[in-house]
Amino acid sequence: MNTIVDARGLSCPQPVIMTMDEIKKVGKGEITIIVDTDTSRENVSRAAISKGWQVKSVEPESTGYRITIAKE
Amino acid sequence: MLKDFFATRRGIIAVGVFIGIFATFLQKWGNPGNMGICVACFERDIAGALGFHRAAVVQYMRPEIIGFVLGSFFAAYLFREFRPRVGSAPIVRFVLGAFAMIGALVFLGCPWRAMLRLAGGDGNAIFGLLGLIGGIWVGTLFLKVGYNLGRTQSTHTSVGWIMPLIMLGFLCLVLIFPQIQGKDKSGVLIYSIKGPGSMHAPLLLSLGIGLAVGFLAQRSRFCTMGAIRDMILFRQSHLLSGVIALLIAAFITNVIVGQFHPGFKNQPVAHTMSLWNFGGMVLAGLAFALAGGCPGRQLFLAGEGDGDAAVFALGMIVGAGFSHNFGLASSPTGVGPHAITAVIIGLLVCLFFGFTMRKKIG
Repeated sequence: MNTIVDARGLSCPQPVIMTMDEIKKVGKGEITIIVDTDTSRENVSRAAISKGWQVKSVEPESTGYRITIAKE
Repeated sequence: MLKDFFATRRGIIAVGVFIGIFATFLQKWGNPGNMGICVACFERDIAGALGFHRAAVVQYMRPEIIGFVLGSFFAAYLFREFRPRVGSAPIVRFVLGAFAMIGALVFLGCPWRAMLRLAGGDGNAIFGLLGLIGGIWVGTLFLKVGYNLGRTQSTHTSVGWIMPLIMLGFLCLVLIFPQIQGKDKSGVLIYSIKGPGSMHAPLLLSLGIGLAVGFLAQRSRFCTMGAIRDMILFRQSHLLSGVIALLIAAFITNVIVGQFHPGFKNQPVAHTMSLWNFGGMVLAGLAFALAGGCPGRQLFLAGEGDGDAAVFALGMIVGAGFSHNFGLASSPTGVGPHAITAVIIGLLVCLFFGFTMRKKIG
């Protein structure tokens, strides 16, 4: 089950806090985070990796990025 | 390649080293002691140059600040990161900016200058840095229970240009009304003829370094408040490694050029009232944490199209007016007559924001 975190329009550190909360909630699996700045893209990816998750894909969209992270 | 480099630890460290070295050299080239770069002090000097306050010793249109915004603007456009956005509680950010400035001017410096003061041997900076950490720590407590200022909206490109255009306007004013030796006024601009406001590196040098720092900081997301916040909140040391690099680079450069003078007394543009060096920065740190960035970072964000960060920066300039008009700013003799009251009011205002602006992200 892929959960979606919509962090568009939110500035640092909200996107990271939301991602961390979701990671804590689901424990493993796949999470998609939508962000709208490059800073958020970098911060969310860095935070996910630090928690032992993998960044599976970063897809550019018209309003930002769709980041998919996963943990087995 | 270049795009990725600045997101790495090496990248942020390189930027910290660059800022540390060139800030220290700016002092050698004319900027006040341990004030190669101070976003709070320099915005205060800009407020003075425009006549928003009448403290005759701190009035100068600092080109570094102009460079920060424009450098970030160029970097954001070059790397396609310019995103015009506004609407995340701008009035709150304005007030936070004003109180951040009031707190910073009680200590006499922003977090960047706190590092530069320490790197120059000013022991009073330790109390300021402890206060900064304390204020940011309180801010993280609010962040943990859902404090946020709501989402921004994307907007017209021209909205994102406003702050860079204001800075361009300031640059035009400096070029049209340059400083006249020994005169305190040139056209509409006011210039200090003594005190820290009269001490400055040559205009083009200040502007050039400002542009370079703005460019690099936009790429690397350099932020002194974020450095401490991320460490407390997530145990992440990415941004902190850049700030520590700044400190070490500035220290080494100071030693080499003979600007390292350890001690507490008679430090340049500093006072020895430890409690209020601490207290002023608690207020500033909390305000930065609630607004999501140190004063430098707010300028870089403003350069990449963030209108709310621009409002914070303008709040700081207005706060500088209040600081000097109301006797809140410190001087080398100590804190201003109403500084303590202002710090307490500022803290209460920040707590009000922190307690009442939680969750419900629509």
